[in-house]
Amino acid sequence: MELIDTAIGVFASGLRLAIPLLCACLAGLYSERSGIVDIGLEGKMLAAAFGATVAALSTGSALAGLGVGIVVSVMLGLIHGFASISQRGNQIVSGMAINMLAVGLTALLGNAWFREGGRTPSLEGAARFQPIALPGAEALAGVPVIGPFYKSVVSGHPLPVYLALAAVPMTWFLLYRTRWGLRLRAVGENPAAVDTAGVSVSALRYSAVVMAGVLCGLGGTYLAVAQAAAFLPNMTAGKGFIALAALIFAKWRPVHALGACLLFGLLDAVAIRLQGVSLPGVGQVPVQAIQALPYVITVVLLAGFVGRAIPPKAVGIPYVKER
Amino acid sequence: MTHPAIELIGIDKRFGAVHANKDIALRIEAGTIHGIIGENGAGKSTLMSILYGFYEADKGEIRVNGAPVRIRSSADAIALGIGMVHQHFMLVEPMTVAENVLLGAEGAALIEKPLEHAYAEIRRLGRDYGLVVDPDATVGELSVGLQQRVEIIKALYRGANILILDEPTGVLTPAEATQLFEVLKELRRQGRTVMIITHKLKEIMAITDHVSVMRRGEMVAHRKTAETSMAELAELMVGRPVQQPVAHTGATPGAPLLEVAHVTVADSRGVVRVDDVSFSIRAGEIVGIAGVSGNGQSELIEAISGIIPPTRGQVTIAGKPLTGDAAAARLQGLAHVPEDRHRMGLVTAFPAYESAILGRQDAPKYGAGPLIDRVATVTDTADKMSRFDVRPQNPLLKTANFSGGNQQKIVIAREIETAFSVLIVAQPTRGVDIGAIAFIHEEILKQKALGKAILLVSVELDELFALSDRLIVMCGGRVVGERATAETDHNEIGLMMAGVDQGRAA
Repeated sequence: MELIDTAIGVFASGLRLAIPLLCACLAGLYSERSGIVDIGLEGKMLAAAFGATVAALSTGSALAGLGVGIVVSVMLGLIHGFASISQRGNQIVSGMAINMLAVGLTALLGNAWFREGGRTPSLEGAARFQPIALPGAEALAGVPVIGPFYKSVVSGHPLPVYLALAAVPMTWFLLYRTRWGLRLRAVGENPAAVDTAGVSVSALRYSAVVMAGVLCGLGGTYLAVAQAAAFLPNMTAGKGFIALAALIFAKWRPVHALGACLLFGLLDAVAIRLQGVSLPGVGQVPVQAIQALPYVITVVLLAGFVGRAIPPKAVGIPYVKER
Repeated sequence: MTHPAIELIGIDKRFGAVHANKDIALRIEAGTIHGIIGENGAGKSTLMSILYGFYEADKGEIRVNGAPVRIRSSADAIALGIGMVHQHFMLVEPMTVAENVLLGAEGAALIEKPLEHAYAEIRRLGRDYGLVVDPDATVGELSVGLQQRVEIIKALYRGANILILDEPTGVLTPAEATQLFEVLKELRRQGRTVMIITHKLKEIMAITDHVSVMRRGEMVAHRKTAETSMAELAELMVGRPVQQPVAHTGATPGAPLLEVAHVTVADSRGVVRVDDVSFSIRAGEIVGIAGVSGNGQSELIEAISGIIPPTRGQVTIAGKPLTGDAAAARLQGLAHVPEDRHRMGLVTAFPAYESAILGRQDAPKYGAGPLIDRVATVTDTADKMSRFDVRPQNPLLKTANFSGGNQQKIVIAREIETAFSVLIVAQPTRGVDIGAIAFIHEEILKQKALGKAILLVSVELDELFALSDRLIVMCGGRVVGERATAETDHNEIGLMMAGVDQGRAA
C-alpha cells in the first residue's frame, strides 16, 4: 500500500513538473512548424512568470496575472517575429537575445521594486491559482488505488494545468483539421509553395509566433502564480530548453509532445523522490547524479530510441523570394 | 473579335544594374499553346514572375482578356485565372496530394469538407485530362513526372484558364514528356491557353502554335511555329549562327584505361542500386551511359570515382586497382565532372579562383606546403578562363555569380587541365545554354583525340548519340545492353531504357 501511495505521489508530482515543459513544447511546436526556430521559450516563460506575479500581487487576482503573463510573453514573441520574419535576422541570435533580456530585466526590476534580492513577496489567497477539486474526488476516496489516483493525479490541480492539458487536443485539431493548420504545416516545409498559392508567409509566421507567446505565457504564469507562489530569479531553470529537446523527441507532433513532456516530468519527479534514498547494492546516490538523471536519459533517448527526427524543412531559414 | 488571353505592352524591369526585361511586348492568343524560348538569363523567368505576381514591373501594362490589370501578388494572378507550374516545384513534400492541391484554396476554416471536394476534383481532372494521380499519396514519394501532374492539377483546381509552364520537361523522361504534351493538347482542345518556357527547340517545334524568342532581356522575334525552323530559332536565340558539334571522328581506340568489374553498390538501407556492372573503356574512346535518371547511374559514377566504396567488384584505372577514396582516385589519374555542379563540383560561395583549384590545391603550382599562392592561383584561373571562354573573365568574382554554363566551364577547365587518363563527365550540359553546349562538346571530343578514356553519363539522348562511340543502357541498376552508336537509334535505346532489350530477346 505504501508503494502505491509513493507511486501516486510521484505521478502527481511528475504531472505538475511536466506542465511548464508542455506549454513551452507546444509553443515551440507552433513556432517551428511555421519555420521559426524559437530558443527564446525560456526567456518568454521567465518574463511571463515575472509579469504574472507582479500583476497578481497588485490586483490580487490570479487570472489578471495570467492575462498579463500572456501579454508580456506575446510582446517578446512579436520582437522575435519582427527580427526573424520582417527583418530576416538570425533566429538563434534573436532568441538568445530574448533569453538574456528576460533574465536580466526580471532580476533588475524585481530588485528595484521589491528589494528582496530579485524575488517577489509570496502570493496568497485569490492572487494564487488554487487547486480545483473535480467532482467525485471525495466520493471515490475510499476505492483502493483508483480513489487516491483520481484525487491526487487527475483532480486537485490549479486551472493552468487543465488549460495546458486542453491545449494538446486543441493544437492537434488546429494543426490537422483547420485551414490555418494546413497552411502552418506547409509554411514550415516550403514557404515558397505557400507564397505561390497566394497566401502570406509573414502573416502565417506571425500568427504562429503569437500562439507560441500565448502558451509560454501560460507556462510562465503556472510556474510563479500556481506552483511556486512567488517569482524567483531564473526560476525557469532551463525548462525552455528541455522543452525543445522534448519537441524533437516528439517529432513536432502534439500528442507525442504530451507523452515526451510527461516522461520528462516523471523522470524529474523520480529524481526528486530518490534524493537521500539508499538503494540496495549502491548505497546513497549523490544528489548531483540524481539531478542529472533526466538530462542523461534525455540524451540517451534522443540519441538512440526515437529514430530519425526530421525537423520542418524550412525551419530557421528566413523567407526571401527567389532572384 | 476575341481579345488575346494575355497582352503585355512595354514591360520593363530592372534589378539594380541588371536590365532583366526591356520594353517587352507580347500577345498570347486565347486557346493556343505559345512557346517562349531564350538562353539562360535571357529574361524569360523574370517575365513570367511578373505575370504571376512575384514582382511588379517598373513600367508597362498587362491586359488579361483585354482588360488592363495590376498583378501585385500570386493571389491576384490566381484570381485572374493565371496558373503557373514552376521549374522547381512548389510542393510540400511530406503532405498528401490532396492537401497540396487544397493549400491556399481551402474555401472554409475547417478542411474536412474542402478535402472531400478536392478528392472528387482530383479524380475528375484525372479522367478529363489524363492527369491520374492518387490523392492520398505523399507528394515526396511520387516520381518527378507525377509531382508535375500535381502542380498542373493545383493550377486547374484554382480555375486557371491560362497555364504557364517554366521549363517543364527538364526533369522528365522522354515518355513523361510525351504524356505532358498530350495533357497540354487536351487543355488547348478545351479552350485553355498554355504558355511554355523552354530552351529546347525540339519541344517548341513539336507542341506550340506560336513562338516568341527572347535574348538579353529583349523580345527579339515572334513566329508562327509552322513558318519557322529549328535553325532559325537557334540563330535568333543566340544572335549568331550556331554550329553543330562535329560528329565523332571514330579514332582507333588503344589499351583499356578504365576497367569496371562486377561492381555492385548497396545503399545504407541495403537496397541494391548498382547490380553487377562490368565494362571497360579504352584510350581514345567515349562510352555513354544512357538511362532514366535514378537507375543507378549516379551510384555507379560515385563508385568508380571512389566517393563511395562498392559493396562488391573492382575498379581499375590505368592498370592499377582503385583501393582508396576519391582523393586516391584523382592521384591515380581520374578526372571527374560531377553531375550536380552545385552539390559536388563547386563551392558557390567561393571566388572563382578558389573553385577552380578545388581538389587540385596541393599541386606545386598553387603554392608550397600548407600555403596557397594566391597570385599564382588567380593568374592560372585567369588563363583557364580565357582559354575556356568563361564570361565574365574575372577570377575574383563569386562562383555563384556566373551563369550555369560558365560555372560548368570552370569545372571542366579544372578537371581536364590536369594530368589524367580517365575522364568521367556526368550531365555536362544540364542547365547550360546552347552556345556553351557546343563548346563543352568540342572540349570532350578534344580529350578523346588526345587518347583519354571518357565515360559520359547523360539523360539527353541527343548528347549521347552525338559524342559516344558505344552506349551502355542501365535500368534498375543493371546493364540492359550495349550498342555501338553507329548501329542503333533513339527508338532502340529508348526501349532499352525501359528495360526491354529486343536484340537479346530475338
